[in-house]
Amino acid sequence: MNELKRRIAVTVGAFGALALVVCVTAPLVGSTSISLARAFDRSIPFADNVDAQVFFVARLPRVVAAALVGAAFSIAGVVFQALLRNPLASPDTLGVSAGASLGAVTVIAFHLDVSAFGVSAIPIASFAGSAGAFGIIYLLAAARRRGTSSTVLLLAGIAISALLSAFNRFITLIADFTDTFRSVRWMMGSLDVGSYREIAAALVPMSAAFAIIFTLPRVLDLVSLGAEAARSRGVDVKRAERLALVGASLSTGAAVSLGGPIPFVGIIVPHMVRLMVGADHRVVLPASALFGASFLVGCDLVARTVFGPIEPPVGTVTAIIGGPFFLWLLFRRGF
Amino acid sequence: MAAVPARLLKRSLALLLFAAVAVGAQTQARRIVSIIPATTEMLFAMGAGDRVVAVGTYDRFPPDVQKLPHVGALLDPDVERVIALRPDLVIVYETQTDLRTQLDRARIPYFLYKHRGLPDISETMRALGARIGMADRGNAAADRLDREVAAVKARVAALPRPKTLVVFGRERGTLRGLDASGGYGFLHDMMEAAGAANVLGELKQQAVQMSTEMVLARGPEIIIELHYARGDSTSEGDMKAWSTLPGVPAVRNKRVFLLQGEEFVVPGPRVGAATERLARIIHPESFK
Repeated sequence: MNELKRRIAVTVGAFGALALVVCVTAPLVGSTSISLARAFDRSIPFADNVDAQVFFVARLPRVVAAALVGAAFSIAGVVFQALLRNPLASPDTLGVSAGASLGAVTVIAFHLDVSAFGVSAIPIASFAGSAGAFGIIYLLAAARRRGTSSTVLLLAGIAISALLSAFNRFITLIADFTDTFRSVRWMMGSLDVGSYREIAAALVPMSAAFAIIFTLPRVLDLVSLGAEAARSRGVDVKRAERLALVGASLSTGAAVSLGGPIPFVGIIVPHMVRLMVGADHRVVLPASALFGASFLVGCDLVARTVFGPIEPPVGTVTAIIGGPFFLWLLFRRGF
Repeated sequence: MAAVPARLLKRSLALLLFAAVAVGAQTQARRIVSIIPATTEMLFAMGAGDRVVAVGTYDRFPPDVQKLPHVGALLDPDVERVIALRPDLVIVYETQTDLRTQLDRARIPYFLYKHRGLPDISETMRALGARIGMADRGNAAADRLDREVAAVKARVAALPRPKTLVVFGRERGTLRGLDASGGYGFLHDMMEAAGAANVLGELKQQAVQMSTEMVLARGPEIIIELHYARGDSTSEGDMKAWSTLPGVPAVRNKRVFLLQGEEFVVPGPRVGAATERLARIIHPESFK
């Protein structure tokens, strides 16, 4: 037990240090050259201090959003992969992400994107869409008496995802051309939130999701071995599966509503972390949250600096950087 | 001997008539399908509206087009309905290669179109007029547009060019998903004609997705938001989102404007009027 505690402490310390370095460095760098002394000079009124605005309005919320979205997608990926006992599972697999996209695209296409208290209706609709998709999945899971077969859940998720994606494509097709353009842009994902209100709004479901998921690591270890194995060790599999489903779906919905459906993070970060620290969920979950945050902040930093002045969608960079890194990890381990 | 010249004359006349019909079939178009709003507006502007038998899904101007069948658009042209209408000319976008192949198979002639710069609009009007057998009217409509644009240019020619950002899309209530005009295309040309210096002028693309940092770095002196979509209920209140960037000169000096109208995104005969509306915002002093 002490050995495990030491491992957790070392892993969280190392990944935490990485996340800290990345998150502190990222706002200092950007496509524009700013004077940090001027940015933090409180004698200059904020309205006249462009450096302070670049730092506090453009960069800092973006870094915070990237860290939260990266962490949320990553731990949702860990949970889905354990729950569905499938290494290809990701936050997209059960249709939660497709539901979120459908909500956002509906609002854009039908011009329902009014704003309230500085928060656009798009993230709200996106979160509602993910909740709707999750509701269908949850009802399907609840309809089965002895817990949910991971295969059935996986297949149901793929079917729901395909159905929602079809609605999404249909709405995109019938929408005004310019709205179609906006929808496509939204689906590429963006972390340039430009304010703290949307972050605060997303933090509510994210915190609930993190609180749920971090009660589950031991159970996930057992569930990932199989329902029977978990049951024989005294795990209430049905309850554990539902909790995991709620937590991972909340996390996915909140992440998509804040940053859009950024691909790759939720599937690849958990595998990267497992290759580095092993499969114990008590280590994997916190490490994935911290590494996912660092990874997405790093990818966004590349997106907003390397290709300037044009910014590619951050999802493109996650694949360009994450793909080769993941392959290197795989082959380094001799798989 | 007299019978030979008479027969020759008859044959010559028949040949001439055939040639005239053949040429007429090539140059005259009386049943036109135009699925691109810009070319539909051009046809109506040159007085060929009565020859248009169907339009695209996004066609809304002039109001007469509402009575016509709508046969799809850029991504989803309804080829079956187009062919069933027996058109003698279909106006297609250059990238609609599948539609072109199908029209080739059905032996229906088409006119290729592509959005480019402001001068290309009047060139297209001339070419389209010539293609449908109304060269004079096409030229007249093009001349009218050229004169309108030239008049705006003349008004603002001697004035300083303020750094201007033209935004044509963003999420309501926030500055997320900012799409702005880059340094290529008719919208950029309209800005230049209206006496502005496009802050994204060196980026040779029609649309640029801007980050908040990019807006702060470019520091536009004037920001113009264009709204044009069907059912767009954007109000002046939605413009408050810009107040999060008080360091931008346009925001500081309260020079953020909202312009509504489809003519800003449809490169047709109304762009002359649209250019003048831009100029009135950028250089109000020259329109007093």
